[in-house]
Amino acid sequence: MQSQEIQRLRANINRRKLWDYIFVIVAILSLFVGILTLIALVLQLAITGVPRINWEFFTSFADPEAGLAGILTAWVGSCLVMLVTIVMTVPVGIASGIYLEEYARKNWISALIEINIANLAGVPSIIYGLLALGVFVQQFKLGESILTAGLTLSLLILPVVIVTTREALKSVPNTLREAAYAMGASKWQMIWDHLLPSSAGGILTGIIVGLSRAIGETAPLVTIGALTFIAFLPDSPFVDFPSKAFAWLEAPFTVMPIQMFNWVSRPEPEFQLNAAAAGVVLIMMTLIMNGLAVYLRYYFRKRIKW
Amino acid sequence: MTKEISVGFLSTARSNHTQKRRIIDKLIEICLFLAALSSVLTTFGIMQILIGEAWQFFQQVTIFEFLTSTEWTPLFAEPKYGILPLISGTLVTTGVALVLAIPLGTIIAIYLSEFASDRLREVVKPILEILAGIPSVVYGYFALLFVTPLLQFVILEVQKIFMPGLEEFDYFILPGFNMLSAGLVMGISIVPFISSISEDAMRAVPLQMREGSYAMGATRLQTAIKVVLPSAISGIMAAYILGISRAIGQTMIVAIAAGLQPIYTWNPLDGAATISAYIVQVSQGDIARGTLEYQTIFAAGLTLVLITLLLNIIGFFLTKRFREVY
Repeated sequence: MQSQEIQRLRANINRRKLWDYIFVIVAILSLFVGILTLIALVLQLAITGVPRINWEFFTSFADPEAGLAGILTAWVGSCLVMLVTIVMTVPVGIASGIYLEEYARKNWISALIEINIANLAGVPSIIYGLLALGVFVQQFKLGESILTAGLTLSLLILPVVIVTTREALKSVPNTLREAAYAMGASKWQMIWDHLLPSSAGGILTGIIVGLSRAIGETAPLVTIGALTFIAFLPDSPFVDFPSKAFAWLEAPFTVMPIQMFNWVSRPEPEFQLNAAAAGVVLIMMTLIMNGLAVYLRYYFRKRIKW
Repeated sequence: MTKEISVGFLSTARSNHTQKRRIIDKLIEICLFLAALSSVLTTFGIMQILIGEAWQFFQQVTIFEFLTSTEWTPLFAEPKYGILPLISGTLVTTGVALVLAIPLGTIIAIYLSEFASDRLREVVKPILEILAGIPSVVYGYFALLFVTPLLQFVILEVQKIFMPGLEEFDYFILPGFNMLSAGLVMGISIVPFISSISEDAMRAVPLQMREGSYAMGATRLQTAIKVVLPSAISGIMAAYILGISRAIGQTMIVAIAAGLQPIYTWNPLDGAATISAYIVQVSQGDIARGTLEYQTIFAAGLTLVLITLLLNIIGFFLTKRFREVY
């Protein structure tokens, strides 16, 4: 009788343990789905694209002949647009983060701003393209230019930068703030001399994560009218130095993901080779940025211990 | 005497200095506030542009036609303006993506939070982050030139196993542009978002609850599903909502791999266009401002925003309803 009971209990335990094992196997399989997809994606791109990559590919303009076409305008465009995005995002993003974390009182304005930022993070990126088309291109007459593109991407990644800046500021202990005040520092002195240096790692990580998203973003830039075929570069700022130093801001442009999109959409297989090669370059760009972010996070976590 | 003077001089100097500092501080605070306000301006800008242009659109097309007609052919000689084909395309691709992403994301989250060792987690999380960071246009390329051929091959072979002996052209062949492969790749691309937010929610569940469960003789899986999951459900819901809004707003994968034909269909094996893919398609050409064609993309954009807004509101109430406070 008793041994029967024990046996039943054992069977029960074994059955439940079996389910544990089954779950672990299913979970590892699920992980493998993700990892295998990543491997398949990278391999497919690399096998198709890497043979196409050579020096000429980086130094040639777009060309109706697939074998002669290159990504010169695309990568130069991407870099210039990123430059505008950085110049716009860094001050505004950090300033908003500081205001919300250090200054904002608990009233309806701060609540409104906070809800707003949370909502903006969920707005589809193509909507930013429509906003830019309506406001920057049509109302402000900025044209379909590098400046417009940079501003658009900047609006797109601002929520990311603001949220990570706040997280970084939040992780600085209050004792540091009090110590600065005790030495007679004003609020701004405390923030500038102590808070920002100690949270620089987190803020930098957030900015890089945002930029790595911006560099791969296609849809909003298509909406504002990025071109896919340009056979010239924006004017160098040094040719006509002071008078035309910023003329490049108004130049038409294309960027890496749009160049790739254009090549993917063509039926000829030769252009798909180009698309794969552009994809390899694009993935390398985002990987380097993401890797930098991971490394920075690790580095600052190790260096700063509160 | 000299001492007093110097002290007096010092104190006025100091009060001058303090006053100047106070003014500078106030100015800086105002600047910071203006920066923070820029996000509100963005929202206003979005609403103003979308509603303004959509308003003009609805002067010429009735809302009734917009919401009930099943044909979307604004570029034809005889244009029809029914948003339903775009909505069906959006919902089908999103549905396919979620069928893949929600189970996968949830299982991965449970595994990482409740089963995996710290070392495994350190390895897996960066891989998931890389998956999240891949540009959508690259995913689109992958869907069109890898997943679609793979699916075509698999579907053909499966038919040959179950229905042998048919002529080659009697078998169903998956079209080159279809919502299935776009949706599946989209699903993979949102798995990292769902899994990382769900995992954070589960790890925030206090350890005592798990220990209580173990003390009652529950296994890890029982603890995970019957104790941790219900306690973290509000965070997990938030993760799902985020995943859904990502999928709905996803543009490039669908624009590349699902074709751009606005067909009213609920069959994932067909090709179709989504709202965002339509916007991209029209913007690629030159569109003149003020034309009805130009206004369609804003009307479509407004629809997209309203759908995501509705989702976020539902999400907000769900999270509130299920929130557990410790």
